[in-house]
Amino acid sequence: MLLPKFDFHEPASVEEACQVMAEFKEKAKPLAGGTDLMVNMKKKIVSPEQIVSLGRIDTLKDLSRENGTLKIGACFTVADLAVSETVQKLVSALGSGGRALGSPLVRNLATIGGNIGSARPAADLPPSLMAYGARLSIESSRGSRELDIEKFFKGPGMTALAPDEVITAIHVDIPGPGAGAGYINIGVRRAQDCNIVNVASFLALDEKDGAVKTARIVMGSVGPTPMRAPTAEKVLVGSRPDASLFAEAAAAAEQDCSPILDFRGSAEYRRAMVGVLTRRTLEIALKEAQRG
Amino acid sequence: MKKLITLTVNGKSHEVAVEPNETLTDTLRYRLGLTGTKKGCEVGDCGSCTVVMDGKPVNSCLVLAMQAAGRTIETIEGMETEKGLHPLQEAFVEKGAIQCGFCSPGMILSGKSLLEKNPNPSEAEIRGAISGNLCRCTGYQKIVEAIQSVKSE
Repeated sequence: MLLPKFDFHEPASVEEACQVMAEFKEKAKPLAGGTDLMVNMKKKIVSPEQIVSLGRIDTLKDLSRENGTLKIGACFTVADLAVSETVQKLVSALGSGGRALGSPLVRNLATIGGNIGSARPAADLPPSLMAYGARLSIESSRGSRELDIEKFFKGPGMTALAPDEVITAIHVDIPGPGAGAGYINIGVRRAQDCNIVNVASFLALDEKDGAVKTARIVMGSVGPTPMRAPTAEKVLVGSRPDASLFAEAAAAAEQDCSPILDFRGSAEYRRAMVGVLTRRTLEIALKEAQRG
Repeated sequence: MKKLITLTVNGKSHEVAVEPNETLTDTLRYRLGLTGTKKGCEVGDCGSCTVVMDGKPVNSCLVLAMQAAGRTIETIEGMETEKGLHPLQEAFVEKGAIQCGFCSPGMILSGKSLLEKNPNPSEAEIRGAISGNLCRCTGYQKIVEAIQSVKSE
């Protein structure tokens, strides 16, 4: 399989990368891990004339903690996400997403920024990131902006990113005491698979009575983008979490999604699994929230 | 237009002229003659093109040669020394973990990377480590046994 012809740029800094992106705009594509873009170029789905590799920009590979927020560089690899003790301790649902993605070979190349930027509806990292309420740092030669990740996805492969913009970092607020999150995915096989359904749930409990203060449920693979389950979230807020409340929320989530049928699974199966995964991820989130 | 890059392959530094749209797999196979790195699916699914880049096993079909400039690459050809085959290669032969042989370079490099990080892996850890390498002969059991047999040594 041949790659289309392109010019290759390897900027040493974000500023330089932004300059190249500004010069070529729609004709340029940023290249991070390549596990999505290289495949799409080989399949002739995209044929950018200019490839802007971000792989030599070391500042994009950092993981740092600033007060209550975890800042993850866009080129932080999924392999590092999967094994990082910091990630596991502070934002475990993101670690679960990392371990669910691809294979060890793919994870060693794939990056968190790439998994967001490629905007696949079944991607493993966006549900957890949305459940945590993550924000993206986006830069261009015109300046920088911060965007709620929920406003980023516009459809399969479509995002709020302008042609000259690059994602540089992901900011995740570390859940405090009484808060937690969980992520589970279902595929046909355990590695190298496209998810049939994947769900992330986040819960924050009220300190006084233990009732649910904030709930965010994000369903993947059952719509053009990962999507919130607003009815299910409403069921949870204000009530004490228990098995019957979670069952009610799970049933509501099934109605919040609009799955398609394909060779991986029927729409009915996907809907049913949204319910199962909503309940199970809520159980994980609750356990984390109550661990004290 | 071709560009000159330098990369270290199996301990030896090479200067090669590569196209911007050339994969590391093709550079290894066609410019350096290292055909132990196989071309299977070419889209990162099968793992037959596995090489170890800066200590980490990756699908070389998803890496551009330009991205490999200045990096250290290990291929299956680098595993044999003057003492003979690598113990893991010996184990693959001993345990009958080689059938058609097409997946073997990738399986062995993934297995070796695992054993370097984790000298005593469980069966589940072994299966996880080779989950990006497909064996069309379905000889997984023997492959797992081969990797397991080396772990205590």
